[in-house]
Order: sequence, then C-alpha cells, then structure tokens
Amino acid sequence: MQQWDYDGPILEIDNLSISFFTRLGEIPAVMDFSCVVEQGKAVGLVGESGCGKSTVALGVMQDLGVNGKIVGGSIKFKGRELNTMSDEELRHLRGSEIAMIYQEPMASLNPAMKIGKQLMEVPIIHQQSSAEQAFVLAKQVVEDVRLPDAERILDSYPHQLSGGQQQRIVIAMALMSKPALLILDEPTTALDVTVEAGIVDLVKGLGEKYGTSMLFISHNLGLILETCNDICVMYSGEAVEVGPIENVFDRMRHPYTQALFRSIPLPGADKQSRPLVSIPGNFPLPHERPSGCNFGPRCNYYEQGRCNNGDIAMPALADDPSHASRCLKVSEIDWDHPPAAAAQTQSNSIGKLVLKVDNLRKYYEVAASALFGGRDTRVVKANENVSFTAHESETLAIVGESGCGKSTLAKVLLGLEAASDGSVNLLGKDIQKTLIHDRDVDTVSSIQMVFQNPFDTLNPSMTVGRQIVRALEVFGICASENERNNRMLELLDLVKLPREFAARKPRQLSGGQKQRVGIARAFAGNAQVMVADEPVSALDVSVQAAVTDLLMELQRDNKTTMLFISHDLSIVRYISDRVMVMYLGHVVEMGTTDQVFSPPYHPYTEALLSAVPIADTSVERKHIVLDGDIPSAMDPPPGCPFQSRCQHKQQVPDNLCERELPPMKHMAEHHNLRCHLSDDFLASMIPVIQLSS
Amino acid sequence: MESLSSLQIAISLLTQFLPVWVGLGIIISLSMYYRPHLGLYGHLFDSRVGTIGLILVLFWVLTALFADLIITHDPLAQISGMKNKRPGFPVRGMEGTFYLLGGDNLARDIFSRVIMGSRTVLSIAPAATVFAFMVGITLGLPAGYRSGRLDTTLSFLSNLVLAFPVILLFFLLVTPEIRSTGVPIYLAAVLFLFPIILFVVLFQSRFYTQPTKRNIYVSLVLVIGFWAYSGLAFNMDPLGVFYMEPNLLNIFVSVVFVNAPTVFRIVRGLTLDIKTRDYVAAAETRGEGPWYIMLWEILPNARGPLIVDFCLRIGYITILLGTLGFFGLGVSPESPDWGMTINEGRKLLSIYPHLAIPPALALMSLVLGLNLLADGLREQSLKD
Amino acid sequence: MWIFIVKRTGVMALTALCLTFLVFFLTNLQPNLEKLAKTQGTMRMSDEAVDRWLEQRGYKQPLLVRYGEWLGVSPGFLLVKDNGKTLGRCVKPGADHIPNYCGVLQGDMGWSTVFKDHVSSIVSKRLGLTGWLMLFVMLVMVPMALIIGVLAGMREGSRTDRSLSTFAIITTATPEYVSGVVFVVVFASSAVGLRWFKGSSASAMDDITIANFTLPVITMAFYGMGYIARMTRASMAEVMTAQYIRTARLKGVSFTNIVLKHALRNALIAPFTVIMLQIPWLLTGVVIVETLFNYKGFGWLLVQAASNNDIDLLLACSMVAVFVVLVTQLISDIGYVFLNPRIRIS
Repeated sequence: MQQWDYDGPILEIDNLSISFFTRLGEIPAVMDFSCVVEQGKAVGLVGESGCGKSTVALGVMQDLGVNGKIVGGSIKFKGRELNTMSDEELRHLRGSEIAMIYQEPMASLNPAMKIGKQLMEVPIIHQQSSAEQAFVLAKQVVEDVRLPDAERILDSYPHQLSGGQQQRIVIAMALMSKPALLILDEPTTALDVTVEAGIVDLVKGLGEKYGTSMLFISHNLGLILETCNDICVMYSGEAVEVGPIENVFDRMRHPYTQALFRSIPLPGADKQSRPLVSIPGNFPLPHERPSGCNFGPRCNYYEQGRCNNGDIAMPALADDPSHASRCLKVSEIDWDHPPAAAAQTQSNSIGKLVLKVDNLRKYYEVAASALFGGRDTRVVKANENVSFTAHESETLAIVGESGCGKSTLAKVLLGLEAASDGSVNLLGKDIQKTLIHDRDVDTVSSIQMVFQNPFDTLNPSMTVGRQIVRALEVFGICASENERNNRMLELLDLVKLPREFAARKPRQLSGGQKQRVGIARAFAGNAQVMVADEPVSALDVSVQAAVTDLLMELQRDNKTTMLFISHDLSIVRYISDRVMVMYLGHVVEMGTTDQVFSPPYHPYTEALLSAVPIADTSVERKHIVLDGDIPSAMDPPPGCPFQSRCQHKQQVPDNLCERELPPMKHMAEHHNLRCHLSDDFLASMIPVIQLSS
Repeated sequence: MESLSSLQIAISLLTQFLPVWVGLGIIISLSMYYRPHLGLYGHLFDSRVGTIGLILVLFWVLTALFADLIITHDPLAQISGMKNKRPGFPVRGMEGTFYLLGGDNLARDIFSRVIMGSRTVLSIAPAATVFAFMVGITLGLPAGYRSGRLDTTLSFLSNLVLAFPVILLFFLLVTPEIRSTGVPIYLAAVLFLFPIILFVVLFQSRFYTQPTKRNIYVSLVLVIGFWAYSGLAFNMDPLGVFYMEPNLLNIFVSVVFVNAPTVFRIVRGLTLDIKTRDYVAAAETRGEGPWYIMLWEILPNARGPLIVDFCLRIGYITILLGTLGFFGLGVSPESPDWGMTINEGRKLLSIYPHLAIPPALALMSLVLGLNLLADGLREQSLKD
Repeated sequence: MWIFIVKRTGVMALTALCLTFLVFFLTNLQPNLEKLAKTQGTMRMSDEAVDRWLEQRGYKQPLLVRYGEWLGVSPGFLLVKDNGKTLGRCVKPGADHIPNYCGVLQGDMGWSTVFKDHVSSIVSKRLGLTGWLMLFVMLVMVPMALIIGVLAGMREGSRTDRSLSTFAIITTATPEYVSGVVFVVVFASSAVGLRWFKGSSASAMDDITIANFTLPVITMAFYGMGYIARMTRASMAEVMTAQYIRTARLKGVSFTNIVLKHALRNALIAPFTVIMLQIPWLLTGVVIVETLFNYKGFGWLLVQAASNNDIDLLLACSMVAVFVVLVTQLISDIGYVFLNPRIRIS
C-alpha cells in the first residue's frame, strides 16, 4: 500500500474509550480521551502509572491484546479511521507509517536473531526491497542513530550491545521506513541518565531531520518539556489538561497538574524554601472511580455536590483556545496563590561522627566465561579507594549511574560482603571484614537498609504486621509478644499507614504503601544509620514526595544518619546535606550539596547535571551530551575512569588522563574532586543550571 | 441364571458406587458454597479442567475410603467355575450376585479387585510423595541458597540417582533377597529421618527468640517423630501403632528414593530464582539465619509450582507402582494391585479383554484426574 | 569449550563408575549370590554346597577385587579343581586360551549365565533390535509432539489450544502398559474385531512390517509425546507473550512469519533439552513394551538378566543404560548452549 499524503493532523483521537474485560468484569482504562498530533509536531502524554497513557498508545496501534477493546470514539490517522480497518490494512500501516518503541530495549529485540536481520525485515516487508537494498538501508540508518562500526553491529546479537546501543537500534528499526508517526512509550526509563540524554538528543534530531510527528509518553515532566511542543496530562484514564507546552507549564489550569508540579523537586529549591507537597490519598482503582471528577477526592479545591455530579466536560480556556482543562472551577481558582506554607521545620544540626569509611576496596573475582568456568578469572574492581564520613542527623547522598559501585558499597556496609581492603568504622567498631552473621545484634540493628523495588521488598506470603514483628523479634526489642504487637502498630502509625494494614498481605498494598512498610521494618530496631538504596525511584512522582518527606521526618525525630543512594539529582538536591559522586567504583567528587551543585565541577558531575531533565521553563541548562555508554566494570579504561567520555579531556596536556589516575584535589573545606584539570580551568566553569529571572 | 446385559451391568455399577456419589455431592456443594473463603482451592472451580480433575480424584479417594461398601465379593476369594468368565456372569453358589466385570484367570471378581486396588494405590502414593518432598526440600533449599561445594556435591548425587534407569533400580531393590540383607532398612533409616530434621529446623529457626514456645514445638516433633520412626523403619514401636510390612517398606523406600532427586532439582531451581529477591536480602541484612530464610522466606513463595508438582508426582508414583506390579514386584502376589492385575490379564488379552481393561482404565482415570487437577491449579495460581 | 566437554566426560566416567559399582554391590549381596548358585546348580543345594560352589568360582573374594576383575584391572580368578577342571572368571567354554585379564577394559563384557554366551554379542544383537524400535518411536513422537505443542502454544487459550492440551494431558496419564493393553484390545483382538495390526511383534525381529511394528511404536510414542508437547506448548506460549514478538507484530510482520521466523527459534530451545532428557525415561517404556509385545530386544534382555541375577549381563546392561543417559545429558547441555545465542556468544 502506498503511503498517502495528507494535509491535516497526522493523528486525531476523538473521545476514545478503551476497556479491559477480565474475570472481574469490564474495567474502563481510558475514558473520553481526545488528542491531536499535528504534522511535524511532538505531543507529550504525561501521567502516572495506571493513568492509561500506554493503553492509549496500544489503542492507536490497535494492539490491545485478548482482553482489551475500544468501546467508543475514533482514531484517525491521516484522515482514515483506524478502528474500522482490517487486519491486513493495519499490518501495512504498522512499521511503515506508524512505528512504536517502548520501554525495555533488550526485551524488544529478538535475542535469537541478528540485528541486521531484524532491521532488514522492515523494508523487505513494506517496500518489497531486495536483501541487498535492505542491507544498505539498514547500514545507513544505524549510522544515522550515531552508532559506530555499523557493519559489526549488524552482524551481532542484541545481548552483545549495551542498553543505550540497544535502544538506538530500536529507534533505528522504527525509523527504517520513515514513518509519519512515531509513538514512544517511556523510551528512556530503563536507561541511565547520561545515556538517556543522548537518546533524547537523537530523537529530537531525527524528528527534525525526517519531519516525523511524535507521540511521546512519559511520567517525567522535564523530559516532556525538552522534547515536545504540546502536552496532554492524564489522570486515571482521562485527559485533564491539554495545550502548548509553555502555556501549560507556566499557566497550569488543573488542580492535578498543579499538584503534580508541586510534588516534584526543582533545582534551585531546597527543602526549607520550597517543600515538596505530596498529593493526599491514593489513585482510585479502576472499578472504584468516583462519580464526577476522578481527581475530586484528592483535590484541594473539591466542592461537594458540584465536582461529583456527573461527567465533567473539557472546554477550552477563555483566553487561550489551544489550552483546555477538565475542571469546573477553572476560572474561580487563584492559580498563583502559593501553597499553604508547611510548618517551618527546624533541621537538626549535624552531630557526632557515626560512620567512617577509609580507602575501602572491594574486588570481585568473576569467571571469564560464566558457563564453562575454566581458569580465566577477571577481577571486577567494584569499589576503589572510597573514603567518606557520616554524622548524626546528616543526609549523605551517594550519586552515580549503573556500574559505579554504589550497590556494592551498600552491601559492604551492611555486612552482606566483606571488604577486600580498607576500613569501615561504625560507632567505634571496625566492621569491614565482619559479615552479617558474625555481627552482634546491636551492630546489626544499628545499620539497616531500605530497598529499591517496593514490589520485591516485602515477602508476598506474609502479612505486613508479621514482617514488622519479626524484625522486632530478631532485634530483641520488647519482652513479650503483646508488647511487640503494640510496638508494631506504633511503627505503622509512624509511617502513616492505617493500623488495619497489619493484617493485610503485600499484594493488597500500593507501591508507596509497600515502601512505607519497608521503612517501618528498617526502623524497627531504632537504626542509627539508614542506607536508602534508590528508595523512591520505582514509585510514582506524586508518591515520591510523600515517601521522601517521611524519610526526612524520621531522620529529624530520631537523629538518624541517612545514606541516600540515588541517581535522581533533583531529589538529591532537595534532601541531602552532602553529596558523593561515584563513577566506575571511584569517588570523583565530594562536598556539601551547594558545593557539588555549583562550579567548579568534576566533568562527570557537570555532564550528569546537564543530563537531568528539569520541569521548569524558567531554567536554562548547559547542554552536554556524553559520547558512548558507561564502560563495563570488568574492563575499565586506563588512567582516569571517566576519560573515555570526558568532554574536557583535551584541556589536559600530554594525554595524562589516559595514563594516570588523577589525585584527589582539595577545592574548599569539605569539597574534593578527583581530576587532572588545572585549577584555573575548574575556576572558569560556568554553572550548568541557571535560573533566568 | 442368565448373565446380565450391558445395560444392567452399567446400572449395577452405578448403584454400587452410591456412597461415592453421595460423598462427592456433599463435598462439591460444600466447596462451592464456601468458595470465596477457600483461596486457591476455591478458584479451582473457575477452571473447567481443574474441576474435572478434582472430581476424578475425589471419586477415587472416596472409592478407596468406602471400598468395603462398594465391593460385591471378597477380592481374594476364588469361586470355582468363574474362571475367565465374561462380565455380568452369575456367581455359582451365591444366587443373585454377579461378577460385574467378569472373573480373572484365578476365578476372582475383577470388579472388587479393581476397587480394592484403589486402596492400595491411594495409601502408598500420596504418602510416598510427601516423603519425597520432605527429602527434596531439605536438600534442595540449601543447595540452591548456599551454592558452592554443597550444591555441586548434592547435584552430582542427584544426577547419579537420576541417571540410573528406574526399572533397573526396582529390579535390584524390590526383591525378597534384598529384604533379607537389610538394605531397605538402612535406606528407610536415612530417608525417614528427613521429616524430623525438617520440622525441628523449621521450628527452631522461627522461634529461637521465644525459647518456651520453641521448646514445646520441638519436643512434640521429636517425640512423635521418633515414635513413628522407630515403628516404620525398624518395627520397634512399643505401642504397635506404626508398622509397615517389609515388602511394602521396600517398595515405599525405593519409590521415595527414585523421586526425591527430581523434587530436589525443582526446589533448587526455585530457590536459585527466589533468592535474588529484595525481601531475601532484607532478611539477610536483619541477621536472619540461613535456615529461617530458606524455610520461612523462600519456601512459602515457591508453593505454587510445588503444589502443582505434588499433584503430578502422585500421578507419576501411581504409574510407577503400576509398573512395579506389572513386573511382579508388587506388594504381595495376591494383592489386587492394578499393575499386577494388568500383567495377569495381558496374556489372554486378545480373547478376554475384560481381564486387563478395567484396571488399566482405572489407573488411567486416576492419573488423568491428578494431571488435570495439577493443570487447573497451575492456571489458577498464575492468575493470583 | 573443549575444556567443558573434557570436564563433562570426566564427570560422566565417574558417574558410570559409581553406578556400575552400585549395581555390582547390589547384585553381589549374599542372598543374590545364593540365588545365583541355586539357579546354576540345583534348587535343592545345601548351604555348604552353595558355599563351595561360590568359593570355587571366585565369588568369595572381597568385593573390590571382584569389581576390579570385572573392570579388567585385576587378573581373573582361576582355580584348578582336583579333577582337572578349570574354573574361573576368564574360563569360557570352547576357548583354548585363558587370558589373564578379562574385564571391560579389555573389551570382554563377561559371560552370561542365562544365555550361556558372550555378553557382548548378546547385548549388541538385542541392542540393535531395540535401536530400530527407538528409531521409529522418535520419528513418530518428536515431530508430532512438537507440532502439537507449537499449534497449542501459538494461540494460548484458544479452542485449538484447549483441545490439544487436553489430548496431551491424556497421553501423559496413559503409561505404556495401559495404552498398550487398550491398543491391543481395540486393534488386534477379536473383541472389537478391527484386526488391523498384530498383537505380538515377535515376527518383527526378523522383518519389520506395518502390521507387526505399529502397535509397539505408537504405544511408546503415545506416552512419550505428552510431556514434550506440554513443554513445547509452555515454551511457545511464553515466547508469544514476549516483548520482541510484540515488536515484530508492530513492525507489520504477518502472524505466520511471526511464528515461523521469530518465535520458533526461541521457543524450541527448551523442548530440545527436554527431548534429550526424555530418552532415558523411554528405557522404562522399552522394557514394558518389549515385554507386552514379545519383542526380544534390550528391554526384554534386562528383565531376563535381573530376574535371574545374571551378574555380568546385568552389569553390561546397566553400563549401556547409564551410558545412554549420560550421553543424552551431555548432548542436551551442549545443545542448550549452542541454540541459545546469549550463552554461546558471551
């Protein structure tokens, strides 16, 4: 089928409704959704998990699976109705006119087929190309997505490529036949921040080059701001606000959008001046949606009788026809009114030294070929010369991407691994070589961990209460069963969960609630050091605020030391006192939050800061995109670990970076960085993030 | 007297099973009534395949239970003149009664023998499966959790046993000569120890923080355990409650020995998978002992596939017992074991099909029921 | 790669050694030896006569020594009686020369007390017969099982899937002695009257025809295919829900091509290993089927050896069985590595 030209919008979705039919009955996933994607433009679809944005994408592709069905509305692609097309016609459209890429690049590629073959399939099917023509085209597209050594890549299998490379291949595959519409469903969520920046850059460039229209789905507002022209905010299956992106960001006109923005930390804001305001309540379950406005029960401006009375329409705003909002009280709410000032909390002063880590080294021996064993072992230097201190009531953030060694560090601190060298001194005791089963109960209970994945952090077969009580039992808290039960209920109160949850099983709880239980369990022994390993990364944006606030409150009340491991610089900026930046097992920069977030920077910190998407139109960011991917820890580059990607490498004479590991430079009190760059150059660095006033 | 017609045979068969129909009716209606409260079992009724399997299994369980009420004649009695007679033949000397499914080559009632055979099978197979699971779990958990040398050794041993052809092992172990050497008793002594060890460790790891509770549970386990142990393995039960006759012990031990390695493999695989979860790491950072983690954190989360395998394994052991009987290695020569009955009947198969077909169909229906039940459970546990 | 194969072969040899020793131990327990003596001599031998019989043939030596003799690492037992008759392990009727060592390492598998012939020739002849049976069984079973599995797993939950799955479950519930019996009654007996095939395969030992070989083949294939079909179905269903299949679908690939070009390659990795590992289980089936259908192949031989405690023959049969199991395990492991690019190139 030939691609046809069309003058109007590429995609017109009108009052789309999609439902899933399971054994519990009909569950509406998308209700009355409307959206228009113009030619050459990018529309961002924003919402949290469960809001239906991925379902919309699958609906456009007409691939809803066995249980899903479009129960209303129309989807027009280039003027033709997609809902009524036959399977054969749809097959012609897919991959040639409409292409889709989604979250996990490794899972999207066939592990048993070479990359070249997978790429070549597209023109062979849609343009009836011959194998040679397809190969030439494939090679060209691989070069377009900026992958070096195209021929070698075409001859490889997917698992031989890194995550970033795989996603580029997926993008290449989508662009092989120059589709008119490209749908991207959370394409960068599974990737590291610096790699993400490269992909975003690529997507924007290709969109401009080929004139492809895009439907960009994400939960990351900053990302949408960078890439899209229009935005559509979704909540619980409905679109609640649509419009051009600057208009919506600067003049948001829906309570949910406003609440969403207020729960995101922004740079230039710290915990005292602009506290995160979490959205109270929980997402409504699909079969428990309230009548009237879906957001009603959680809305600050809720009006009984008006907001829950029948379906709410979505009219355009009076002063801006391109901007519409699904709120009855649009013209009544004072949108510029600042949020209710939170009770000014006095942060505690930093107390005595609690944890001292000195020149910690952790090396792993790994068999070169996992299956066949053999004599070859490689050494993975997971942690190299890590030194830091932590004090009472202090939050030390450990920042880095995958392979930087932060998880290994956490394991050594908690006793799951023994250090290869160096010392770890906790509350006066040297514990670097003491594994967990050799530690006494007091040491064990004094350092505890909050885990990353809320869905895995609780044992699915045990009730919530029992898991907390078990922690109490093991730590020897309380003398009798009764007392332990009471203490458990107190802990639930502490993490703001209703007491009834004690009898529930984890699968009845939401992600945020599970994480709170994990926190309660970790605090059960009155831990003095809490290691939080990406505690909020897997949670929805609005829930992140609540859990972060909870951690800070617990810290304030108990004078706990918190080691906050994260790759999310916005949250790090918000809550930490000091920051430690790690790359490939080395500490590359360390200092107070202010020192690290302003120049002079280590080049890696600079790149990291510039890569984080920021959801604020008033912020200007320096644009640095790093080449390539993070090297493997088994095969680190010689000399400085960062030199293979460093944007300032040329500034150091004699190729020193490739030969010698840089020394730790002392820049100011508490501020150190490990770099060969001259002091003059470092002093001349301009801030990455600037607020345009 | 005249032989019964096919219709009359069918009706008589149906009426003989009356206690079973009543029992089935009660159980099924009670289950349907209490469905929401019964978890996985309740969900089973959503699956057609699972429900059919359940009914088949319950049918045979109730048959075994009510066997005395269902049979028409003594399964061991040889009534002259009934040798190889067709189904529905009237019994000489007992007016009004019939060999509903005919007589075998020793003039015994096939119908009654098949019914009694169900009792033999259902008393051995589930118990053997339980023991195989105990051994497999006790060894599989540490092998998967600890890895290293323990894992290599245990895996080698399990591969050793699995590499051994089952049929050969049976021919070597289940003979009267072996019995007199005491080899089965040594095997029994080792294998029957596992449940006791498992339960003691179970209670110790959980309740060590509450010594009184722990002491009560552990002592209970030890007392009951060793009492049963002495009786079953060594026939030294002072009260005479626990006793297993030597031939049965032989078969029981061989069957457990042959099945334990497969369960070991399954548990080990599940453990390797589950131990990467965060909640296991959380337990480790709490300083929990390894056995607590294995038994209370990992094992409950492996219950889905294990329950499914449990049902399948009972079916598989039923087939094994049939194989044993087929080769004359059954519990005793006259016992109405299905396998033996099939073997006795196959020699005259082309002329007298009624000798071997009933026990064959009986065995097949029971195993089919177990397999369907396992399939239904698997479907439903995935939907959870 | 080669290190892997060498290591595995080493483990295999060790396993074979352990298992044959175990068999040796069990067959040489006192009661079994007594049984052997009585079957070779007379059933009414007195205990002293049994003792003497055993001693004169070297059965009273320590266990390890006798095992060594069988292996061929220690010299064979030799005794010249007062009446000039020579008795010993390496003494074979009709041979003039008595070798010093006569064990496995020398290629001598021993002497069968039941068949009164060299074990090696007996075993090879019978193994050949079973080989034909296994060949036909695999030719019938593997393609059918794979096709059923793929068709069922291709569209999970569809009616095709349900019916094929139910069929597969039924086959796993019918062991060979059940299905064999039913097939004979239906196809070869006067009861149903459909006399299409023969109920006894004794004539197949000379000449294989459809009439005399079909029933044993389908009896074995019937039971064996169920498990393979279910594994294939599970693997296929899992692959069809994978993300990369969705990618292919959204690329515009047709359903047939998705199944044939994208899914099969990934779905058949697991069934291959399962098929290889099923071969050892088929040995039990072979024994049953050969007994049922009077086909005097390897399985039948095994039963004869075991019932009469023919030690040398039994050991040889064990070795063959163990060897088959271990080789199929090795092939399965290698195959798994080769078929899975993720492991092959890492």
